[in-house]
Amino acid sequence: MLRFAFQRLISLTLSLIVASVVIFAVVEVIPGDPASYMLGLNVAEDTVAALREELGLNVSPVERYFTWITGMVAGDFGTSYTYRVPVAELIGDRLWISLPLTIYALVLSTLIAFPAGIIAAAKRGGAGDIGVMGFTQLGVAIPNFWFAMLLVIIFAINLRWFSAGGFPGWDEGFWLSVKSLTLPAIALALPQASILARVMRSSLLDTLDEDFIRTARAKGLSRRQALWRHALRNALIPVLTIIGLQFSFLMAGAIIIENVFFLPGLGRLIFQGITQRDLIVVESVVMILVFAVILVTFLVDLAYAWVDPRLRRR
Amino acid sequence: MIKALLSNWSVRIGGLLSLIFVAGALISYVWTPFDVETLAIKEKLQTPNLTYWFGTDHFGRDIFSMVMVGARTSIAVAIVAVGIGILLGVPLGLAAAARRGGLLDELIMRTNDLIFAFPSLVIAILITAVFGPGAVNAIIAIGIFNVPVFARLSRGAALSLWARDFVMAAQVAGKSAARISAEHILPNILNLLIVQGTIQFSLGILAEAGLSYVGLGAQPPIPSWGRMLAESQTMISFAPHIAIFPGMAIVLTVLGLNLMGDGLRDVFDPRLRRAR
Repeated sequence: MLRFAFQRLISLTLSLIVASVVIFAVVEVIPGDPASYMLGLNVAEDTVAALREELGLNVSPVERYFTWITGMVAGDFGTSYTYRVPVAELIGDRLWISLPLTIYALVLSTLIAFPAGIIAAAKRGGAGDIGVMGFTQLGVAIPNFWFAMLLVIIFAINLRWFSAGGFPGWDEGFWLSVKSLTLPAIALALPQASILARVMRSSLLDTLDEDFIRTARAKGLSRRQALWRHALRNALIPVLTIIGLQFSFLMAGAIIIENVFFLPGLGRLIFQGITQRDLIVVESVVMILVFAVILVTFLVDLAYAWVDPRLRRR
Repeated sequence: MIKALLSNWSVRIGGLLSLIFVAGALISYVWTPFDVETLAIKEKLQTPNLTYWFGTDHFGRDIFSMVMVGARTSIAVAIVAVGIGILLGVPLGLAAAARRGGLLDELIMRTNDLIFAFPSLVIAILITAVFGPGAVNAIIAIGIFNVPVFARLSRGAALSLWARDFVMAAQVAGKSAARISAEHILPNILNLLIVQGTIQFSLGILAEAGLSYVGLGAQPPIPSWGRMLAESQTMISFAPHIAIFPGMAIVLTVLGLNLMGDGLRDVFDPRLRRAR
């Protein structure tokens, strides 16, 4: 297990290095140079020169890359050009919205998908199965930002149960904040829940076909007992992998959903960075998101190998 | 085969839905009920009626016509993005399978793993942010992530074919790996590619809508479903119909393509039918 973890750790580090090079290179190849890109048109030559100096653009790209990356490792992400505050501080503030939102959505998605998948598998071909499969087919076809708008129309504008957007801040009360994240979390969770329910169903169906279930049935267990006592636990492995992968989809999806609900999270920060041409912010937020995704994939791999020792020998 | 396809209800419904939107997009080149570029402020924000089937937007433009023209953008972006994935991914996957276990295989597959590890939307946002928003950059951003999908799929399928007798016979006959890949492997994985192509096409439509929604896709005056939704957002409290119809268009197109993909898979590979 330790050897497997070590191998995965090396691959994690490699992925992070390559990811950082790619992100750095993409920003580097901007037509013109980052300083004139950030300042836009009609700017005096010496202003551009001053910004070049401030951004440290006068040294070679290789040197700049290492300054950027070593800074990041030490927690120094540079200073935002527009906000004039350390980017780490900006990210720190916003993370307390994006991360809870992602986790909230992940929990909702699991809570919806598990019963749906189990019902569909237990009553294969029945009305419940057809209903669940129909809903999941629709769920994967709905763009989450449009679903978010529908939720706003129904629950915020017509029923007035929730606010249409904005975030009060955690200081204003825990439940108030959770409430303002509820519609965004539902919008994010639905498409993912549809995928998860389908995986849960087909994984359960596969397991129900296995010999040990037949043995359990022969022993006198009813189909329901065999499903709950034996099949479910074994069917969970592929489902857990998908849950891990969904974290990255939800994190990325949150970028768009935050815009629908005007939530001041990382997604809003990226778009503000883009419109204000604040490349330092954009570069760092993208790197943080990629880091989070790669890290979660790594953790899922470890959890997977822990649950199923056969995988360690890959 | 065609009979089997037409008797599958998934293919029938999915195909019909997809056909409606492709036809709508094509017809919009020669005819739309109203001109989408002409503003008619007097007619603004009408709810659906007999003249304006889907109502009008805040500039008085006919939403039905805009949905028709918007279909063009969505379909074009998604088709080209899938095309990039197939044209680059399939040869890479076939090459990796032909040189299985070799350095080339390892290199191709590891690069693929890496692209998979990236959150595609985040990178698409970075690309369009740096190179400027627009349909072409959206295509590239979506297309890049289709490459590993097709590379992995064709490598996996080709690997099992390389062990089959007819491929060995071709090897004995002295055909080169490239020729075997093109003449014997490719035709046999075509079905798989069609099914995956349909699925990637629907994902492409969703991705394009998402990018346009945040302002990084097709730019005005090119109509696009995602941007129509973005523009409607400030008006949903008093004119929800502006948001409903473009969204419905996305859902139905994606639903149609997904159903068609599922149906095609069932027809091409009946063994998979139960597992779904």
